[in-house]
Amino acid sequence: MAPEKRSSDEAAQEMISQMADAGQENAWDRFEAQLPQCGFGKLGVCCRICAMGPCRISPFGEGPKAGVCGADAETIAARNLVRMIAGGAAAHSDHGRDVAHTFKMAAENDTCDYMIKDELKLREVAARYGISVEGRNTKEIAADLSDVMLSEFGKPDGTLISAAAYPPPARQKVWEEFGVTPRSIDREIVEIMHRTHMGVGADYKNIVKQGIRASLADGWGGSLIATEISDILFGSPWPIRFGVNLGVLDAKQVNIIVHGHEPALSDIIVAVSQEPELVKMAEDKGATGINLSGICCTANEILMRHGIPVAGNFLQQELAIMTGVVEVMLVDVQCIMPALGSLSSCFHTKVITTSPKCKIEGAEHIEFHEDRAMETAREIVTLAIDNFANRKGKGAIPKATERGIAGFTSENIFHHLGGRFRASYRPLNDNIINGRIRGAAGVVGCNNPKQVHDYGHLAMIKELIKNDILVVSTGCSAIAAGKAGLMRPDAAAKYCGPGLCEVCETVGIPPVLHVGSCVDNSRILTILSNVVAEGGLGEDISELPVAGAAPEWMSEKAVSIGMYFVASGVFTIIAEPLPVLGAENLTRYLTEGIEKDLGGKWAFEKDPAKAAHMMIEHIESKRDALGINKAAERKLYDMEDRRALAVE
Amino acid sequence: MSKIIASAAIRGAYKIAEQAEEILSKAIKEKGKDCPVEFPNTGYYMPIIYSMTGRRVETLADFEEVVKEVKNLLPPHVDDDIWVPYLGNALDAGMATLFAEEIIEGCKYLIGPNPVDGIWLGAADDVILRERGIQFVDGTAPGFAAIVGSAPDVETAVNIARKLQERFLYVFLSGHHNGTTFSEQLVEGGVQLGWETRLVPFGKEITSAIYALGFASRAALSFGGVQPGDFKRNLLYNKNRIFAFVMALGEVTDEWYATAAGAINYGFPVIADSDIPQILPTGICTYEHVVSNIPHDQIVEKSVEVRGLKVKITKIDIPVSVSPAFEGERIRKEEMHCEFGGQRTPAFEWICMRQIDEIEDGKVVVEGPDIDSLEVGGKLPLGILVEVAGRKMQPDFEPVLERQVHTFLNEAQGLWHMGQRDINWMRISKNAAKAGFTLEHIGKLLHAKYHDEYSSIIDKVQVTLITGEKEVLKLREQAQAAYTERDARLEGMKDEDIDTFYSCTLCQSFAPNHVCVVSPERPGLCGAYSWLDCRASHEIIPSGPNQPIPKGACIEPKIGQWDRVNEFVSQASGGNVPRMSQYSMITDPMTSCGCFECIAAILPMTGGIMIVNREYSEMTPCGMKFSTLAGTVGGGNQTPGFIGHSKHYINSRKFIAAEGGIRRIVWMPTMLKNEIKDTFVKRAEEAGLGDEEFISKIADETTATTEEEVMEFITKAEHPVLTLEPMF
Repeated sequence: MAPEKRSSDEAAQEMISQMADAGQENAWDRFEAQLPQCGFGKLGVCCRICAMGPCRISPFGEGPKAGVCGADAETIAARNLVRMIAGGAAAHSDHGRDVAHTFKMAAENDTCDYMIKDELKLREVAARYGISVEGRNTKEIAADLSDVMLSEFGKPDGTLISAAAYPPPARQKVWEEFGVTPRSIDREIVEIMHRTHMGVGADYKNIVKQGIRASLADGWGGSLIATEISDILFGSPWPIRFGVNLGVLDAKQVNIIVHGHEPALSDIIVAVSQEPELVKMAEDKGATGINLSGICCTANEILMRHGIPVAGNFLQQELAIMTGVVEVMLVDVQCIMPALGSLSSCFHTKVITTSPKCKIEGAEHIEFHEDRAMETAREIVTLAIDNFANRKGKGAIPKATERGIAGFTSENIFHHLGGRFRASYRPLNDNIINGRIRGAAGVVGCNNPKQVHDYGHLAMIKELIKNDILVVSTGCSAIAAGKAGLMRPDAAAKYCGPGLCEVCETVGIPPVLHVGSCVDNSRILTILSNVVAEGGLGEDISELPVAGAAPEWMSEKAVSIGMYFVASGVFTIIAEPLPVLGAENLTRYLTEGIEKDLGGKWAFEKDPAKAAHMMIEHIESKRDALGINKAAERKLYDMEDRRALAVE
Repeated sequence: MSKIIASAAIRGAYKIAEQAEEILSKAIKEKGKDCPVEFPNTGYYMPIIYSMTGRRVETLADFEEVVKEVKNLLPPHVDDDIWVPYLGNALDAGMATLFAEEIIEGCKYLIGPNPVDGIWLGAADDVILRERGIQFVDGTAPGFAAIVGSAPDVETAVNIARKLQERFLYVFLSGHHNGTTFSEQLVEGGVQLGWETRLVPFGKEITSAIYALGFASRAALSFGGVQPGDFKRNLLYNKNRIFAFVMALGEVTDEWYATAAGAINYGFPVIADSDIPQILPTGICTYEHVVSNIPHDQIVEKSVEVRGLKVKITKIDIPVSVSPAFEGERIRKEEMHCEFGGQRTPAFEWICMRQIDEIEDGKVVVEGPDIDSLEVGGKLPLGILVEVAGRKMQPDFEPVLERQVHTFLNEAQGLWHMGQRDINWMRISKNAAKAGFTLEHIGKLLHAKYHDEYSSIIDKVQVTLITGEKEVLKLREQAQAAYTERDARLEGMKDEDIDTFYSCTLCQSFAPNHVCVVSPERPGLCGAYSWLDCRASHEIIPSGPNQPIPKGACIEPKIGQWDRVNEFVSQASGGNVPRMSQYSMITDPMTSCGCFECIAAILPMTGGIMIVNREYSEMTPCGMKFSTLAGTVGGGNQTPGFIGHSKHYINSRKFIAAEGGIRRIVWMPTMLKNEIKDTFVKRAEEAGLGDEEFISKIADETTATTEEEVMEFITKAEHPVLTLEPMF
């Protein structure tokens, strides 16, 4: 298949061609080799849960209508769906748990390689978690907070503290009434596995309900903990310039790519990779320096905090190795293709796995433990330097790079909109109300070779911003937007409708805001809560003129994310449908009925521009409901009116 | 686009910060680090720095700390290529600029050039703040226009100023455009500058804009109960209460942008006559932030619209403008066309209630020669008889309405009025006469204003103006009889005689817990509201800030507490003030908003009290100036031993009756003594303290400035307080 049918990114196209020329196999090739993919699997009607099966339901109404145990298509698809949520929520939350352990170590141990970098945020988060902060020192607060957060994963009673501390009260009430307020994080995931065990639940709505609850435990629990602690421990992001795409690799330097999802090791690598002794060592080997870059969400973590360049997103991991200039690709967890192991054997590149949770055949394993973080990091960097000499030939680095601004958070938006003295979300709410900005959309998620690489993200985002919808983005979607120049501040003038453009120019922001990695989708939840709290746009997230999308999703995490957005009241559209289409009622519930229960719903649409217009239509309907689509007259204030204005 | 503005503002901030550092190091070199630095007569230090950071700048060394703060606030310059968000940074740069400008102006007071020079007034002291700030509280001034630069010509300047005045706005002037200032243009146009005419020339340099913004900050501290350092509330208070804006006339320099960015923090937008970029999206200000290229003949209307201000312009069919902004205008002899009264000719003004069918609404009768018959500098007798009728009109309201003649006439441009009743004095300016102003217009003005403000009690107004001396003298006798009868009725009015007091919560939007309880013998602490005023005001706006309070049962006759009054105060103060005494400053005293004319404070050593009026700006024997004391007393909290009160209340028979009344007074400034003397002497005599003798036993600034000196003085004078029980 022609490279431009595989990717819309020029750098990627270049490397895809090279791989083809070199006879190297990549994800697109393997995808093609899988075609046609299993129809039963796609529709969600294949059950492998017990040994009476595997069973499958005929989607055409001619074959069997139930599995051996009698489970019908609705039950089977619902079970499969919520098990995906369990997988996604487990991945995010286990990430959260790991940083929480690192946090606890930093709080208790004075000689630890980690320290509290953002004390202000520590105090704010601790206060939200009900920990007294007045007159107490950082270590004490951090120790208490880490204990409370760690117990959130497995506490026997009660519901998540963050589920009561972060979302708007109206949202909490919706969950309470529907019975999905998340309890401890692990419990919700375990309960999914129990309920979907052979012979337990067979009511699709009741099964989905547990999926909802677990997804909320992810978004407002595990993921949120991961974000909050990472900010406290590694520093809260602040707008920062970055370079992006394979062109950030430098033939003259020792190239180290970090890939995966967790910041614990990569943040330390950032620190040690510029240590003079190591740089000197690299120079002694004939390199001009050490060039660190990232792929996927590990990239986003260190980009947001340190401006480390991004080499690419998910589908570029193999392409990066193909450049031949990568000394080490250091991976931690999630979205790491097993193919890297065998691919790297064709190059001098060493793929190094570091997590005990993730070993890959063909990769070298250097296990990373937080208590010897610096030491391990230096060992890996040294290994990369030593490997520089093994590089064969000049390599082939595509020229394409782009620049942009990343580093937006729910907290620093306050500053950008009002400075230190007038910090608030008011300008955002005001300009949504007055219609300059029609609404906001979260465009997030992965890459998937079923769609032309990056095209889904870009076509959707461009359509949205052209229609004055502000976009926030995370994960591989954010990297796609960055590569296309949509995170350049001057992109506003180029791509936006006049209203959004005017606001972007007033604030000095790009029309697409990079808010971090995929666990940082929790930042979007906090942003939405802040918008509600600022006032004037209803009492609940479900009233806001917003929508979410994952145009190139592929991972179970995306299902969990999508579900927690729907359950938080957000209309969420994805390209590849959830594997539920074989279950008519379940599909109808997810795309219609669920809205009555939770205020949000799912939609499936593969055409990104069409999907964008579905989002716009939804946003306009929310604007209508809020009554802000009626042209408001300029209110002029007399003394009485002025007295009635609050000064808080 | 706003990137240009943000870049310029940040550049300007660096420049001004540099200037501040330079002048500060010069000042330190000349005066030393420990040299005290202050704006004259203020309890608010450098008001912007104080209100935003809580930092009290007292010496030049304190400024060094502020310089650090400024540097800390200064953001990086805006990059041309991939820039980071600049709105928040530009706003911070703006605030840094204001801090730096306060350093500059503060140092100028020490090492020159003196900010007070020729027409330039420099910082407003606290007396002005209280006098003028109150107008922002009661709505007589909705805000201010901070004009920087100058108009293209004198005529345009005069027109803009007049239009702003017509909209009741204060006009604060600073900065110049190519060396020309708006203030000097007004002077050239023959316009009177000063706080009285609401046209205030602060200074020629842009840095003097901080006097305007400092005024705004102080208003929030003083009337809004905002704590120093609570920058967020201070700025939001200004955004939502004080409807000010910046009018930039002429080329907008980096320094102007920087200062304007500071103003935008307050929610004050910028309206420019030049073609600069605009910032239209809303959020920090109520509406647009920067609007530009506005023609001069539309700039006032546009400014008011951008700020979101609704002002009722009273269009009265007379040949001169009418606005409270003209209230303070003086007419000197050489500007005068003619005058009336003022011991030069017999004159009086009298409001009289009639039956509804006895008068004709809108009828204005002029009997006798009019002003066109006079030479320049001439004079005439004048009787002004205003007859009013209405279903809700009561004879008791006559004095309330009659006092308004003074206000109404002064609001007309070119008309000046002083005094009341038969000791009134009025002048008409040459300009007004030239514009065709005649006596008939006085009638039209009064008719329109009474209808405008008292429509709920008045249905008909008829005005008669008489200038024949014989006729004036004849009618004056009737008027004098009416005054005497009225006085007797009022004089006799005691708290015990009536069963309803009135509340005044006009200031609650500024001091949320404060409730004034106004009784016949204790007028409102601002001096503007007597019991009758409150009653009339209640008739005019039944749901307004003056509500009747049935007294209920008296539970504490000595200190003056009634059960229903307590109930009312408790509820109206949001539970903050459960009990309130009408006659005690020790037990459950009444709270104070911030508008009081005087403060009474105990001097524990003497067993007595001192009273200081707000015009007195020197140190008092309690060790605090009025402005500092005001900070302690105001804000709606009960502070035993301290009360804010009106001047009239001193002469009330119920003045701190629980503590022994006027015999407790051991110190008052001479200016206050002189002002209240006539009645005070009578009260002293009634109380058996001897008439003139008692007032001479009260110390003043000529005899005592410390508590010890007061003690010494009253001991020598054998002040009666020495025989009283201790106050607590």
